[in-house]
Amino acid sequence: MKNRYRVVLIISALALAACSNNKPGSYLDGSAGTTGSGYEAGSASDPASPAYFQQTVGDRVYFAVDQATVDGAAQATLQAQADWLIANSEYSMTIEGHADEQGTREYNLALGARRANAVREFLTSRGVSGDRLQTVSYGKERPAELCSAESCYSLNRRAVSVLNNVNF
Amino acid sequence: MTLASGQSRRLTSDASIETAPSFSPDGSQIVFESDRSGSQQLYIMSANGGAAKRISFGDGRYGTPVWSPRGDMIAFTKQSKGRFHIGVMRTDGSEERLLTASFLDEGPTWSPNGRVIMFTRETQGVTGKANLYSVDISGRNLKPVPTASGGSDPAWSPLGK
Repeated sequence: MKNRYRVVLIISALALAACSNNKPGSYLDGSAGTTGSGYEAGSASDPASPAYFQQTVGDRVYFAVDQATVDGAAQATLQAQADWLIANSEYSMTIEGHADEQGTREYNLALGARRANAVREFLTSRGVSGDRLQTVSYGKERPAELCSAESCYSLNRRAVSVLNNVNF
Repeated sequence: MTLASGQSRRLTSDASIETAPSFSPDGSQIVFESDRSGSQQLYIMSANGGAAKRISFGDGRYGTPVWSPRGDMIAFTKQSKGRFHIGVMRTDGSEERLLTASFLDEGPTWSPNGRVIMFTRETQGVTGKANLYSVDISGRNLKPVPTASGGSDPAWSPLGK
């Protein structure tokens, strides 16, 4: 037997190196080419602008550990998202489901999908057409905050609503 | 799924998270993880479908099961008390043995002779990095596998080269 095994490796080294170079909290959801949206964010004072949606309506909701249940605070945000989407029919939306780093890769991908679907179901129950809503799960691969503590974990267990302008 | 035809068939239909399947070497069975019991545990079922039998019963959560090349053991990732472990057990769930412990170990892959397991170890915090490690299934000889710039998700070639 050889002293040292030679192995075939599937290495995500580049991706990991890229992640580890990020400054804490510098990750901007939806900015990594995931949706290809090309709109101008507009002024946050314009209620029809994506900037208003992000900052005033709120583009994300948070979840408890291992859970995909939309709680009271999340429901309030999502109701506002639903109202905004109904008023601004030129936008479609991608719902990104995320998890904290506790848990294996596969499990967290499934959990992120569950969270994104929970948001989608809530929005469709409030009158948003399902045709306008896509979901994607990033599992634990795209944390919003980089630290190994509950203060970061609680912000990473999230679903983020990213607008796409259907006219582009 | 049949590769030749591309046809896939659904084997489980629980509302739970069921993922990370691994075939037995003879292709007759599948080991996978499911949280149908309320926490992540390991199950074995026939590749033709039917009922799944739970094989993991220890404290904590079990995921990413991988069938050994000889067919006698399952390697897995275990989370318990905030720590991650790589472990092995027999296919009936007996003789569970944890080989490693760290902030985050996951994703075991077997050497073709079934004596060594390689996996991903990630360190904690803002500067956390992922690297490959190997450990004998005795639990001895834990060591990093050098790569140019870190690495994750190893998969051992069946030829061992």
